[in-house]
Amino acid sequence: METPPLSSLYQQLILEHYRNPRNKAELEEKSVEIHMANPVCGDEVRLQLRITDDQIEEAKFVGQGCSISQAAISMMTTLLHGCSLADAKILAECFTKMMQGDPDAAKDKRLKDLRALQGVSKFPVRIKCALIGFDALQEALKTHAKEETS
Amino acid sequence: MTTATFDPVTIRREFPTLEQSVNGRPLVYLDNAATSQKPRVVLDALRAYYENDNSNVHRGIHELSRRATVAYEESRAKVAGWVGAAEPSEIVWTRGTTEAINLVSTAWGLDNVGEGDEILISVLEHHSNIIPWQLLARRTGAVIKYIELDQQGRWILDELPRLLTDRTKVVAISHVSNALGTVNPVKRVAAAAHEVGALVLVDGAQGAVHMKVDVQELGVDCYAFSGHKMCGPTGIGALWARRDLLDSMEPYQGGGEMIHFVGRDESSWATVPHKFEAGTPNIAGAIGMGTAIDFLSGVGMDAIAKHERELLKYALERMSAVDGIRIYGPQSPDEHSALISFTLGDAHPHDISTILDSEGIAVRAGHHCAQLAMQHFGISATARASIYLYNTESDIDRLIEGLEQVQGIFA
Ligand SMILES: Cc1ncc(COP(=O)(O)O)c(C=O)c1O
Repeated sequence: METPPLSSLYQQLILEHYRNPRNKAELEEKSVEIHMANPVCGDEVRLQLRITDDQIEEAKFVGQGCSISQAAISMMTTLLHGCSLADAKILAECFTKMMQGDPDAAKDKRLKDLRALQGVSKFPVRIKCALIGFDALQEALKTHAKEETS
Repeated sequence: MTTATFDPVTIRREFPTLEQSVNGRPLVYLDNAATSQKPRVVLDALRAYYENDNSNVHRGIHELSRRATVAYEESRAKVAGWVGAAEPSEIVWTRGTTEAINLVSTAWGLDNVGEGDEILISVLEHHSNIIPWQLLARRTGAVIKYIELDQQGRWILDELPRLLTDRTKVVAISHVSNALGTVNPVKRVAAAAHEVGALVLVDGAQGAVHMKVDVQELGVDCYAFSGHKMCGPTGIGALWARRDLLDSMEPYQGGGEMIHFVGRDESSWATVPHKFEAGTPNIAGAIGMGTAIDFLSGVGMDAIAKHERELLKYALERMSAVDGIRIYGPQSPDEHSALISFTLGDAHPHDISTILDSEGIAVRAGHHCAQLAMQHFGISATARASIYLYNTESDIDRLIEGLEQVQGIFA
């Protein structure tokens, strides 16, 4: 399989988030924290959320890894502030679908900047990189739900 | 072939995989430390075995089984010669380096290492020479100690007298680092380890590949290596160990082929090395590894080593001139095997690898199964270009062009 042009992967917006990640810090009061790592390549994230009622008040992360993984997490956190848990779940599902190559998901305006990552879906070995942040988010939502019910 | 006639361009034609384009460019394969490509003779040997001689070894009285057994045992003798074993029975076939190390850490370790005993390894080791010892330590209550690294990724040996004690039961170290390319002073450490009566195991996965290895000269007790890194097939490798050591060890796995007599309560074992080779082995793989050895011997290990050294020097020189590059590992080419581990500006090694791949250049990016070494440098990954006999200066030139692309994107 021919690799598509690199320009579809390395968009300026991605490189900009990689260089200046948003919300990259420890959260003082966190409701839930999830650590995710990809042992194959060493991408790593600790995602921290502060949740009140059914709303994410604040999302921060600490991590290291490639431009794709770090930019995706950075972009994701900017969308989570004030986001309801239900909407966060939809966002995660939508982004995952976009990574699986679903063209409709890629048109979803709710993904905002994250749509710059659409090109990653054409680089199969890099899809995992883009997904690590949202995988952590989905784990966090599950963990939070469990804690609420127990 | 002698040194005078060594020509990587001619050699390259023996490797079908190298005759392809990737992403529209002729393939530049610089991921040899992960696995080497296979010459046509090895591929032919695998096919010929399955087409003509396929049968089980040491089991049939018929002609095919005789032929397979002869080829299989001849290969063992070639592998024995390859590392300077005293006799072919000192070679145990394994799946590779990893299984060879696990064989020793289990079959020898469980009977010879106890609570409070010490296992000495180095921070530079591949996970396959760390985890088996951690598993052994967990099961026995033994303690693991580490040889630390300096800023060039070389062992700090000033501490050796303190690290080796009368509790040290085994010293397990690599011949050549796959993460940084460091050629380690194994002989010196082995001599010191023997003074305290420790067993010395060497991970030779990157050693027996690039240079002539003589286990007697190194003065070690066990040497583990893989066929797939030296032009052979995957799934085959070997453990060399001194005969008396193998004789003293309990079996590793039980099954067919490894028994002498089986009774209801007690059984007895076949002689070494068969005692350690339970089940139908990778016969084709073993034959392929023997063929790879014939191939490499035909080219000449001295000529290969010389070629790799020259190419390494060329690569180090050209790569050092790239803006923003940091090269890890020893600065002197004499302490450096034919691989270069590096980072480039703020481009993550993954991104470097993706960009190079789009130009048809294969390198490895990641922790190289050496997370302890990465942690030593405070990084999580490097990109790694590793050289073998068929690489040329033009491969290095292409790599440099690719790195310029990386700089362009991450400017
Ligand atoms: C230094 C070193 N040790 C051990 C291994 C493991 O070898 P294998 O995977 O063939 O068992 C490798 C290769 O990955 C290696 O480079």
